[in-house]
Amino acid sequence: MQNANEMESFRSDVRAWVNENFPTSLQGVDLAGIAGGESGAKADDDVKVGLDAWRQKLAEKGWGAPTWPVEYGGAGLSDPQADIIGEEIHNAGAYNPIPHMTGMGVTMVGPTLLEYGSAEQKARHLKGIASGEIRWCLGLSEPNAGSDLASLSTKAEDKGDYFALNGQKVWTSGAHISQWCGALVRTDTDAGKRDGISFVMLPMQQDGVETRPIRLISGISPFCETYFTDARAEKGDLLGNLNDGWSVVKRLLQHERQSQTGGRGVSMLDSEPLHVKAQRFVGTDDSGALVDKDLRQRLVRNYMDGTAHRLTAQRITDEAAGRVEVSAAASILKNSNTRFAQQKAELALEIMGSQGIGWSGDDFAEEELGIVREWLSGKAMSIYGGSYEVQNNIISKNVLGLPETTQKG
Amino acid sequence: MAALTEEQSILKDQATSWVEAELPVQKFREFRNANSDGGFDPKAWSAMVDMGWTGILVPEAYGGSDLGYLTFGVILEQLGRQLCASPLFASAYVGASAINLGGSDEQKQQWLPAIVDGSEILTLAVDEQPRHQRDAIACAAKASDGGFVLSGAKTFVPEGMSATAFVVAAKSDAGDVELFLVPANTTGVSRSGMATVDNRDYARVTLSDVAVPAESHLGAMSGGELYEQVLNRACAGVAMEMLGVGCFSFEMTLDYLKTRKQFGKVIGSFQALGHRAAELYSAQEMARSCAEAGVIAIDNDADDQAAMSALSKAKTGEFLFDMSNQLIQIHGGIGMTDDYDAGFYLKRARALEALYGNQALHRDRYATLLGF
Ligand SMILES: Cc1cc2nc3c(=O)[nH]c(=O)nc-3n(C[C@H](O)[C@H](O)[C@H](O)COP(=O)(O)OP(=O)(O)OC[C@H]3O[C@@H](n4cnc5c(N)ncnc54)[C@H](O)[C@@H]3O)c2cc1C
Repeated sequence: MQNANEMESFRSDVRAWVNENFPTSLQGVDLAGIAGGESGAKADDDVKVGLDAWRQKLAEKGWGAPTWPVEYGGAGLSDPQADIIGEEIHNAGAYNPIPHMTGMGVTMVGPTLLEYGSAEQKARHLKGIASGEIRWCLGLSEPNAGSDLASLSTKAEDKGDYFALNGQKVWTSGAHISQWCGALVRTDTDAGKRDGISFVMLPMQQDGVETRPIRLISGISPFCETYFTDARAEKGDLLGNLNDGWSVVKRLLQHERQSQTGGRGVSMLDSEPLHVKAQRFVGTDDSGALVDKDLRQRLVRNYMDGTAHRLTAQRITDEAAGRVEVSAAASILKNSNTRFAQQKAELALEIMGSQGIGWSGDDFAEEELGIVREWLSGKAMSIYGGSYEVQNNIISKNVLGLPETTQKG
Repeated sequence: MAALTEEQSILKDQATSWVEAELPVQKFREFRNANSDGGFDPKAWSAMVDMGWTGILVPEAYGGSDLGYLTFGVILEQLGRQLCASPLFASAYVGASAINLGGSDEQKQQWLPAIVDGSEILTLAVDEQPRHQRDAIACAAKASDGGFVLSGAKTFVPEGMSATAFVVAAKSDAGDVELFLVPANTTGVSRSGMATVDNRDYARVTLSDVAVPAESHLGAMSGGELYEQVLNRACAGVAMEMLGVGCFSFEMTLDYLKTRKQFGKVIGSFQALGHRAAELYSAQEMARSCAEAGVIAIDNDADDQAAMSALSKAKTGEFLFDMSNQLIQIHGGIGMTDDYDAGFYLKRARALEALYGNQALHRDRYATLLGF
């Protein structure tokens, strides 16, 4: 670990660099929506040009994936240094679009490639992710394989120098706009449930791959049904050993949990503190307290839950002395973050009264409409990345050492 | 667990092994069986004095080690785990805090070394009603003859029968709550013990026109502010003890989940119970972060220490409330028996919940401090 002085001087260098390089044309633009490819957020040409220039500058510094080795497009920095970069970009009102632009690339595929990939695979795939040029999706879930992922049935047949994939994936986030896909497939139908699975990587722009966007309750379509009909994955793009895909995906899912333990996304819910919103909509008594005492109690509980979550995330980082392991604690933090965030959105909606049921149009402020969409899309937090219940299975089994229940998890 | 300095870890290890070896909950049971009107074992108390725990908050100039609130909190957590009874918290944490913050040099010289060597046992006498309310102080301190005359009645005073001096919260002529040091043998002070579920020492204390000299007033910090700060610190300390009570309750429960068999399997293999354990464990982790943040904020003299104190008491309270109920529930019938320790933990949990304000009071405080 670097000492405090070095970290402070690193921080001021980062701050200076961000202030100098973040284009003014991007100030106040919903970059998260645009970089994430959400259909609601449209970019005009100025923004597109500015965004690409900003992406390139970040990529040149290796700050798309700061902790990765320099040879793979990263900057070879420590976790605390990466945190500083994130904080300073946030503080400057800027935004790092690269993680979003790569779909599952920076948060999940990359870290797994770093561990399981051959030198050749790392050289071929990582730079495109770190620079934000290649977007990745993950084809894991299937109509009949959700929480019980190992029951998947998409097959990959050995065709000599490539695998031919046949089957259907579902809920594939960003499949319709991705260049590459990491897919979990069955390569041995006779082996046990978890033993005949492999992890392959394949390009999405090919005849054998078809994607059909699915509309969500929040109105947007960020994910798809993905059909493989003799889709081609090269043998050189098998990640990890043949029939050992389950260990690869287990690691991948740990990285997923880790990335969902409470990041600093841009959120309409944060445009003003909830208690200020409540003062505006609900009103206060002579002492300055909210007149709705029941709401006040629930609001303060939510504030406390949020603080408890942040303190715990910080404590776990401190205990690991700077080296944040992908750990069992991730399940606890994913659930506490989910509970807090979903509750917060519910409170925001309740506070806004009927303004909280707006769908579109001039009767509602942009912020109000944004909150409604976030309330809806936030319901997914307890479903994806291992559902709330599945996290509790993991805690009871892996952290507490209780016997596995009749259901796996 | 927060990152500890080397000195802190040594003390923590010492406390852990001493408590487990010398004062396990079995000792509490033996004491309870022999003394049903509450209290503590004087031998255990003098051992704590000998180990220097009474000096943790006291500056070196007055014979202490000045190791701070996190260090004291870590020891309170260990004591909480085995339900160790002693006046350590009342005297060397709350009493010492009051004098450190509000005492003159003379008052410090008079009281702090005596707290450290155990010859004086201080306790804060604040509550006058069954429900703690910070501003519900009727006890009056009238200026008279260059000193004060105190009159009023206090209840549920912790360690009230063994205390040698009370730190009395009373309203001045100006209407502020001020703190006064009143030796227990002062004319006009009378007390009687109260029997409570946790078998600790609580007393009613009556002050009938108690004349005290001007030097009994803790006046180095303006009264209202001193009173608030002492209570904030006290709450953060209670939270650390509650954390210990809760963590040990969790461990007992987890152990039972792994050993008790029904329907041919250990009961921990039932998903309903596995998930309950997972929820309790998560709540425990959140409670630990908040409790530690409470005492760390005092050590850092942080701007938000009042809010962190409220957070620590409310969040550990929330965890301990559920945990102590599940401790009984998951043990089934055996949890209901006096022969088993679970009941001790439930009873202590509720006593600590009420002490210096329950969860609801601290949520209310937190909201007020945040401005809504
Ligand atoms: C917004 C979003 C994005 C997603 N992106 C992707 C993606 O990019 N790629 C991809 O492959 N998948 C993706 N998913 C799919 C996601 O991983 C699955 O939805 C998830 O694994 C749950 O599977 P399921 O939907 O089939 O629900 P089920 O597994 O059918 O679960 C239904 C209910 O049963 C509960 N349950 C299931 N098993 C247990 C158990 N053992 N114990 C207790 N309760 C249990 C669940 O908690 C849930 O409440 C995404 C999902 C969402 C919502």
